[in-house]
Amino acid sequence: MNRFAELLDRLAYEPGRNNKIRLLVGYFRETEDPDRGYALAALTGALSFKHAKPGLIRDLITERTDPVLFGYSYDYVGDLSETVALMWPKAGANYTEPLLGHPSPQPSPARGEGAQPSCSPHSDVEVTDVGEGRTCGRVPSPLAGEREGEGYRGQDSSEIPRTHNNPPPPTLTDVVTTLRTLGKAELPAQLARWLDELDETGRWALLKLVTGAMRIGISARLAKTAAAALGDKDAHEIELMWPGLSPPYLDLFAWLEGRGDKPVNSDPTPFRPVMLAHAIENADFANLDAADFSAEWKWDGIRVQAVAGRDARGHIQARLYSRTGEDITGSFPDLVPSLHLPGAIDGELLVLRDGRVQTFNVLQQRLNRKVVSPKLIKKFPIHLRAYDLLGDDENDLRELPFTERRAHLEAFVAKLGDPRIDLSPTVPFASWEELAAARADPKSAGAGDDADAVEGVMLKRRDAPYLPGRPKGPWWKWKRDPHIIDAVLMYAQRGHGKRSSYYSDYTFGVWTRGEAGDELVPVGKAYFGFTDEELLQIDRFVRRNTTEKFGPVRHVVHEPDQGLVLEVAFEGLQRSPRHKSGVAMRFPRISRLRWDKPPREADRLETLERMLISMTGS
Amino acid sequence: MAIHQSMDFFRRWMRGSSPRPTIRYRGIHAYMLVMRPQDILMPVPAGLCCKPGGFHIDPVRPVERALITHGHSDHARAGHGAVLATQETLDMMRLRYGENFAGATQAVAYGDEIRLGDVTVSFHPAGHVLGSAQISVTCKNTRIVASGDYKDARDPTCAPFELVPCDVFITEATFGLPVFRHGDAAGEVNKLLASAKLFPERAHLVGAYSLGKAQRVIALLREAGYYAPIYLHGAMEKITYYYQERGIPLGELRPVRGMKKAELAGTITLAPPSATSDVWTRRFPDPVTAFASGWMRVRARARQGGVELPLVISDHADWDGLTATIAATGAGEIWVTHGQEDALVHWCKSKGLAARPLDLVGYGDEDEGETAAVTGEAQPAGEAQPVGETKKP
Repeated sequence: MNRFAELLDRLAYEPGRNNKIRLLVGYFRETEDPDRGYALAALTGALSFKHAKPGLIRDLITERTDPVLFGYSYDYVGDLSETVALMWPKAGANYTEPLLGHPSPQPSPARGEGAQPSCSPHSDVEVTDVGEGRTCGRVPSPLAGEREGEGYRGQDSSEIPRTHNNPPPPTLTDVVTTLRTLGKAELPAQLARWLDELDETGRWALLKLVTGAMRIGISARLAKTAAAALGDKDAHEIELMWPGLSPPYLDLFAWLEGRGDKPVNSDPTPFRPVMLAHAIENADFANLDAADFSAEWKWDGIRVQAVAGRDARGHIQARLYSRTGEDITGSFPDLVPSLHLPGAIDGELLVLRDGRVQTFNVLQQRLNRKVVSPKLIKKFPIHLRAYDLLGDDENDLRELPFTERRAHLEAFVAKLGDPRIDLSPTVPFASWEELAAARADPKSAGAGDDADAVEGVMLKRRDAPYLPGRPKGPWWKWKRDPHIIDAVLMYAQRGHGKRSSYYSDYTFGVWTRGEAGDELVPVGKAYFGFTDEELLQIDRFVRRNTTEKFGPVRHVVHEPDQGLVLEVAFEGLQRSPRHKSGVAMRFPRISRLRWDKPPREADRLETLERMLISMTGS
Repeated sequence: MAIHQSMDFFRRWMRGSSPRPTIRYRGIHAYMLVMRPQDILMPVPAGLCCKPGGFHIDPVRPVERALITHGHSDHARAGHGAVLATQETLDMMRLRYGENFAGATQAVAYGDEIRLGDVTVSFHPAGHVLGSAQISVTCKNTRIVASGDYKDARDPTCAPFELVPCDVFITEATFGLPVFRHGDAAGEVNKLLASAKLFPERAHLVGAYSLGKAQRVIALLREAGYYAPIYLHGAMEKITYYYQERGIPLGELRPVRGMKKAELAGTITLAPPSATSDVWTRRFPDPVTAFASGWMRVRARARQGGVELPLVISDHADWDGLTATIAATGAGEIWVTHGQEDALVHWCKSKGLAARPLDLVGYGDEDEGETAAVTGEAQPAGEAQPVGETKKP
């Protein structure tokens, strides 16, 4: 457990993706089975046991420490698990013990054998060395060097084992297997025992684990990528077999280390690695023949893979995966009954109301909910728009050319005959000019009332098989032009990781009528879109034009005639009561630096309001 | 018999004790007959004032006579008439402020007793940094120990903390919450070495206060078997070389100035904390930012500063150290200075000790005064060029 805790601790601080993978690979290499397998399970969210309530943790600590001191500490640290992990008393300590016989002090309750003074200022006895390495009384103390290693505390007395028969700290395997079977009534005592045995980081990780609050900034995908790297394999391979594996993944690690065969996925609903597109540039069209491609709308929803298959008993099972292979079935239970035929659909999740596709803003309100209530399901009815068919009951179709897969897809969707699942229509075109016109005006080019949910067009080579990853050539995305405004840089904040010495996060604003004339109101924050050279320029500008500093945040000059205008590109707007301006941007980024433009010529909030109305009709 | 009342006794910090009038008897102050601790040492805006001795301890404003516990800039300031401190503390003040940092100076050895006015003072190792001292002030039968900053943990770069039994113990409370338990510094240094091993192509930058912490980290690295040259930020050089002059073995040290980026792969560099998030770091290959401080115990604190490798190494006593020391002094009355006073005062009271916070201001930022040196180094070449004209609309 302590080793796993160390890993979590280090991962939580490491900003770089590749460095996180290095840390994970190092852990998988050094840690034995089955601990590393349970660690992989914990990191991918594959562990299941009843979580402990925060109240239980709070009770444990208040039984053992002064509640007032706990209050001060919790207030300072701000995180229950961490506070408890830090102030958990060493086993055997009792906080209520007074300093008996004061002013002849007794051993401090917190300090083991290092604290055994018996010197009293009121006694006439000249006391010198008492106990291990402790000096007491007026002993002339030489300079460093001569008494090196003889601290007041004694040599790490706190690290001396308490008794001879201490149990070793629990392993991750101990914790996971015990929690699986432990009764609710036994949990507090078991937790307390573990907390006694673990070090600080171990306690912190244990509490995060048992309360189900393990947010450590890595995705399941990253953990699988690291596991793959251990055996020099592709993460897609693990993704493919993943649904058939279970903790502690002994067969997986055996294969990765070349000691065993590749695990076979007997899962009826496996995930297939997704095919992705490159963004097309204007120059690319010159080398492409329009006749080789089929086009369809790029819907602004969530790319998913909907898989149904028969289990061993012949029953239909269905699963919904994100494009990275995460199982998101639980968030969309309303779609499951529609997946009643074996097959794997590549498609887009959308919200449809009265047959009309809603914008991403609407869909977003269904996402990241802990509980998917019937009310939510009713208010945001989910829909699957099918792009591709990767397999049916019998066959893997991925090797077939797109046109043939499309024919299979059309037949499959017709056979399903379900109102929640339909085909993504193709966009007919004879030349790139024709397609450009359709892209510019999806409404009159066939998308009709759903045009608001179109974010461009997709180009797919008619002869291309379905390939995992992002191969260059077969698929292109041609996104609608972003919305653009000119805003004024107001505040800058230092970035993280490699960017920690640069002011790379920018808050920008537009003009609005205030109480005392025109003033800038912040409308968004962006931290990419600029080149490295532009970052240096903005960083220099920020450092020289700071008007105030608040911790990591700098106020940058923003007056009508002084300041920096940023051209900001964004994908959409929505109303937001959390922002002072009342609007929030989707996917904002810096598209150009307008050194030429005085801030007073930047856009106004009214411009955004108008855009918002034309986008959403509200 | 003349009776004279003074408003001095109604000071805010005396909450809880009943004020008494000053009594004079044939020209002799009554405090010399009936001594109370607050008659010996009293907090005033300039710092802790000892009226019967005619001096201040660690004054934050210029005073006539100052006794200085240690060389950190929040305790040792320039401009006093006369300064009494250990030789090391005087040397450090000279390094920081120049030859004329005080009108007169006097060095005192640990343990020597010096008579000042009506009191006797002596300096005792505080275990905080090289030359750091607790100051014992005795008047009649009452002894007060002003401990300054102290730690009871092992430190190979300074004399170990000495326990001085007393009636009143003045303690700091920088880490005065039970969540602060520093653990074994050697283990933290091992974390650093493990990271250096895992990322041999990256540079490791360790933020550490330039007086005391930096040298302790270096000494611990050497003890852990790391013998490669260790690099120093410009602001670290003078004080670190001074430690070496005082006979503290720190191995081979090199200034980082002038090194090529590629040469710094796999190296460890010590820098003041403020430099580790500055433009200065751009000279290092993909640096791992570490920070050695007791504050690193709290994750949110560590993350706030963009630290990637927090090292819990502190030159202050942790909670267990504070409480054990307080108990061991045998003092019946505890005055708590800068830090988390409330929790420590509460703990003292729960143990039956009289305790009160001393509302002293101006302490607690050891890094103060280094920022100038850091930003001086931080200006990259070409900073003075104008920007903006190159971009067309």
